[in-house]
Amino acid sequence: MDNFLQQLINGLTLGSIYGLIAIGYTMVYGIIGMVNFAHGDLFMLSAFIALILFMILTQILHLGSLPIAFFVVLVGAMALTGLWNWTIERLAYRPLRGSFRLAPLISAIGMSIFLSNFVQVVQGPRNKPAPQLPNHVFNLTDGLGGAKGAYSVTLSVRQILIMVVTTVLLAAFWYLVQHTSLGRAQRACEQDRKMAALLGIDVDATISITFIIGAALAAVAGVMFVMYYGVVNFADGFVPGVKAFTAAVLGGIGSLPGAVLGGLLIGLIEVFWSSYFTTDYKDVAAFMILAITLIFMPSGILGRPEVEKV
Amino acid sequence: MTAAPQSKPLADPDAKAAPSIVPALRNAFAAALVAFGLCFPIISYHAESNINNELVLVSRWPLSLGIAAVVFLFFFFRQVSPPDWRVWFDRVGAVAAGGMGGALAESAAEGEGTAAPSKARTRFSEWFGPFALGVVILFPLIMLGLLGPNGSLKWINNYGIQIMIYVMLGWGLNIVVGLAGLLDLGYVAFYAVGAYSYALLSTTLGLSFWICLPLAGILAAMWGVILGFPVLRLRGDYLAIVTLAFGEIIRLVLINWVDFTNGYAGISGIPHVTFFGIPFNDEDNGFSAIFHLPFSPIYRTIFLFYLILALALLTNFITLRLRRLPIGRAWEALREDEIACRSLGINTTNTKLTAFALGAMFGGFAGSFFAVRQGFVSPESFTFMESATILAIVVLGGMGSQLGVAIAAAVMIGAPELMRELDWMKKIFGEDFDPTQYRMLLFGAAMVVMMIWKPRGLVSTRSPSIFLKERKAVSGDLVKEGHG
Repeated sequence: MDNFLQQLINGLTLGSIYGLIAIGYTMVYGIIGMVNFAHGDLFMLSAFIALILFMILTQILHLGSLPIAFFVVLVGAMALTGLWNWTIERLAYRPLRGSFRLAPLISAIGMSIFLSNFVQVVQGPRNKPAPQLPNHVFNLTDGLGGAKGAYSVTLSVRQILIMVVTTVLLAAFWYLVQHTSLGRAQRACEQDRKMAALLGIDVDATISITFIIGAALAAVAGVMFVMYYGVVNFADGFVPGVKAFTAAVLGGIGSLPGAVLGGLLIGLIEVFWSSYFTTDYKDVAAFMILAITLIFMPSGILGRPEVEKV
Repeated sequence: MTAAPQSKPLADPDAKAAPSIVPALRNAFAAALVAFGLCFPIISYHAESNINNELVLVSRWPLSLGIAAVVFLFFFFRQVSPPDWRVWFDRVGAVAAGGMGGALAESAAEGEGTAAPSKARTRFSEWFGPFALGVVILFPLIMLGLLGPNGSLKWINNYGIQIMIYVMLGWGLNIVVGLAGLLDLGYVAFYAVGAYSYALLSTTLGLSFWICLPLAGILAAMWGVILGFPVLRLRGDYLAIVTLAFGEIIRLVLINWVDFTNGYAGISGIPHVTFFGIPFNDEDNGFSAIFHLPFSPIYRTIFLFYLILALALLTNFITLRLRRLPIGRAWEALREDEIACRSLGINTTNTKLTAFALGAMFGGFAGSFFAVRQGFVSPESFTFMESATILAIVVLGGMGSQLGVAIAAAVMIGAPELMRELDWMKKIFGEDFDPTQYRMLLFGAAMVVMMIWKPRGLVSTRSPSIFLKERKAVSGDLVKEGHG
């Protein structure tokens, strides 16, 4: 039971990171029907940006207060990653809009190769260890007088921070999509781009903003990733990227709550599988569940079934 | 080429206005600001580990300011120049971004246009195919004549054989993606099945390459059916992600099932190819001794080259013949309209499964060739990147065009290899400059640039399989891509 609780906490933490990345996939897919393969690498880039911003603040500007530094790094990484994704969309995807389906996919794969190698060239191929931060760990089983020795359920400040920031940002983002004119324009573009344009919505700008929002959420995940694992490498984008994409598809691609749900599920499956079975096959488990879900529930958990008109 | 507005990766929608200085300055300043923002943390500072393994920042402001300045000048002069010149600015920008790959592609496919096919173009492509084939057949001999046995080894091995493997993989995947319209992102799984089939059969049972080759193909085809069966109901991007997942699962199993596959360490000591039973070594019963030639490793390489060439041509020949059979027509009909296909009584299950199986079979052949050439296989060779590269070759070649796939493979695989030959650049930029590290960077950028420049692939015409009176090439735009 204690182990179960502990794994639940770990799984939710990991799942939050996947969920944040998955939103970027699902939003871009929803609005232009394109699988943005470069999104995982954008997440990795944002982790690097966050790491360097943090070091600029602490080493060059000698900022003492950690909460302020964390906040500045979060906002800065979101803004700069948003700028990156805006530029990427402008240069690599916009010229291919309206072209056939595989063209933007290949362009995105090229962009993914470009981004990971770009980071390798400018920052070097080695692992970058992040500076150690104080991390208070709460022992949840202390007060209960429970289990001696074998397991104790712990919850660290970082894990709390990850879950709280994820929840707050998701709530803010949900409000943005459901209750603002920007969100309405975006949902309109998702349903019918041509009609939305006829009704005076600036489709190009809306799509650009979608990319920026997706990148900003990926940057949040990047900041969390560096903070949680304490190390980042130029090749770290691919696996979380594929898993987040899996999460988006599992939840029903195009559906925002689905992406978060899928992310949490993938995180939980991975953590529980590693804990109760074997770490070796945790990725196989995640992919198998994806395949099984899609075969029996082809539009994901919360996705709308695709109806084909003849 | 005429200044047709084909690709404008950097074009503004309002670029048509008459050139004037102030808006140009404003635009260029905005672009430079964006460039600076992109460069700001990631290029301006380099995070390095010091002796205590702590990260320290090393500033590189001149580099990022330089990039911003170049972007400023580029956009400024692009804006103030006459409209006719802008195409050239875009082209220069694209080639600067895409590097060698883009430039090579431009020269390689100069004869093919995006416009409707004219008589001259049709004649060109009719003439180009056999000519290219002749050059490829003579390639090892030309290299041998020019550079001698030692100098030519690298060219035949790294360029000739490597490119031909990808040509074959591209043609194999073309059956699934180009003809049947099923988007497969896990093609490398079948390549891996073929490679491991030969590696395991030859090292444990001692079977020879010529027995293992068909077995590897059959095993890969079986896996094609096994993996194809569950995904029959899936379409489009769902199909793509499940095939990607299957590809990753096979790779992960190869890594983790250590008893069977030896995990990360891979399988080494795979027997080398023999000349139909005669080994290529320096012993008395070796190839050199029997044919009274001085011993050299070049003979094996040349033999391998002709072997993969034969396998690739077999793939091509079978694909071209299959296209005219009912099954091939069913594939293309499936790609054009699945519902119409079903209404007309085509068994879509069998059609999809045969496409998967045949595509996988050729992947398996290529895989076992890969194993016999390397003498070593490990899961590292079968990553998603390989699937992506093969898919990119098929799409860049123009899906369904055999010649286009071959050209795309030569460009995509040859250009990054050529980048290894740039040691002379060290003389210009100093000894610290290492051109090879920019190889994959430019490869990625070239993929983007080539896609924008020719979204429909390098060869934009298709020859129909059935025609009335005379064979006319049709534009690739008319061919659908399938729903998956």
